[in-house]
Amino acid sequence: MAEQTLDDQPLLVAENLGKTYGKLIACRDVSFALYPGEVLAVVGESGSGKSTLLQLLSAQLAPSAGSVSYRMRDGVLRDLAALGEAERRFLFRTDWGFVHQDPAQGLRMAVSAGANVGERLMAVGWNHYGRIRDTASSWLERVEIDTDRIDDAPRTYSGGMRQRLQIARNLVTEPRLVFMDEPTGGLDVSVQARLLDLMRNLVSELGLAAIVVTHDLAVARLLSHRVMVMKGGRVIETGLTDQVLDDPREPYTQLLVSSILPA
Amino acid sequence: MTAMIDITNAEKTFTMHLQGGVELPVVRGVSFHVAPGECVVLSGPSGAGKSSILKMIFGNYRCDGGRIGIRHQGTVIDLATAEPRQVLSVRRSTIGYVSQFLRAVPRVATIDVVAEPLIVNGIARAEAREQAGTLLRRLNIPERLWALPPSTFSGGEQQRVNIARGFISDLPILLLDEPTASLDAANRAVVVELIDQNKRQGVAMVAIVHDDEIRHLIADRIVDVTSFASAA
Repeated sequence: MAEQTLDDQPLLVAENLGKTYGKLIACRDVSFALYPGEVLAVVGESGSGKSTLLQLLSAQLAPSAGSVSYRMRDGVLRDLAALGEAERRFLFRTDWGFVHQDPAQGLRMAVSAGANVGERLMAVGWNHYGRIRDTASSWLERVEIDTDRIDDAPRTYSGGMRQRLQIARNLVTEPRLVFMDEPTGGLDVSVQARLLDLMRNLVSELGLAAIVVTHDLAVARLLSHRVMVMKGGRVIETGLTDQVLDDPREPYTQLLVSSILPA
Repeated sequence: MTAMIDITNAEKTFTMHLQGGVELPVVRGVSFHVAPGECVVLSGPSGAGKSSILKMIFGNYRCDGGRIGIRHQGTVIDLATAEPRQVLSVRRSTIGYVSQFLRAVPRVATIDVVAEPLIVNGIARAEAREQAGTLLRRLNIPERLWALPPSTFSGGEQQRVNIARGFISDLPILLLDEPTASLDAANRAVVVELIDQNKRQGVAMVAIVHDDEIRHLIADRIVDVTSFASAA
């Protein structure tokens, strides 16, 4: 029962969040609560403010208005802007993951795959080489990378393998929340399907909460429970993913949904 | 009386913004209830709004007015106004839905597609797969196909995978949208058997079936949707 009451409390709360650059409004009045194990997709065309929102939510950018709070492992909801350096480091290194569209931004391209995964473990205090290597190698298996490639650097990997390695690197510390920015963006369609299926399984097996920014409604449908549609920096429609995609209300959402080319 | 589903004056209108804001009324004044162990069949011509009503009960279509009361974990939730999290919880432990077409996830094996609703509810993978296998066998899907994704299957085979997925969990409410449409006589008979079995277990069902013979076999009550059609 204790677990259930914890799940009933939001993990991350955004309140009236906004970001302006001088006169330019990148994002405004965004409010929502994300619960443990819940996957939220943020959809909208480029320039709609979805990447800015992701940066605000993950404390990489300071908001011009509003706040983001996160429930730390002690169960207390804390304003991200008021966190100390040690707590921020804990979030970035352990409790959060961030999957970039371009794996080169989230990986160190010149060091081995094993070190890319092991590095996150060493950052949280693991120091036994054998255990680090074993854990790294089991994570490579989980993301379907041949463990024979553990000593190769990701620059020798294909795009799909790089993206799977980036996911392994993020998940190895068992984060509770993962931010993903167009995770399938740079990949060709056959590779995308495999990656999506893999992410879908990992998210449900690990009970991860995730915020996924994507312009691809198929990605939102496959991965997310809920969706927020953004346009001009505002959230214009929100709801259960299948509800918003099958019964869109706003003109812009109807346009987005009707613009999907039939397979 | 403790109805599992209790709908009062539910209504739905589509506003087509891309067609100049045309209002498309779908249904209005939808009112009926379903008791445990009862199968209510929705009847009416194609386009009368039968599938839309099922989708409203599943929370897939939003409801513009009225009330959709669902008995969920001992209390009644109004799906017309429920939060997304509540709708997800209702789908996980109360309402199952066999849609007209299977929405397959690429690459996932048939046996796992069928087992998924059990795994989501915490049943061990091996046991979930075993139950999935039993149902697939009963619906005459040969074992050599179980490891393949259903996207390569024929329409009838996909529909049977969909049915297996819908019937695998013992949820107290099951919605069935044309479950027998593309099936041969032998498999239609299996579906009728499954529905009977569900009734004995107290499952409340709402079904759409065009086949008169099947409707006759499964319906405890028929609700004519024509009276809810709100088109002028």
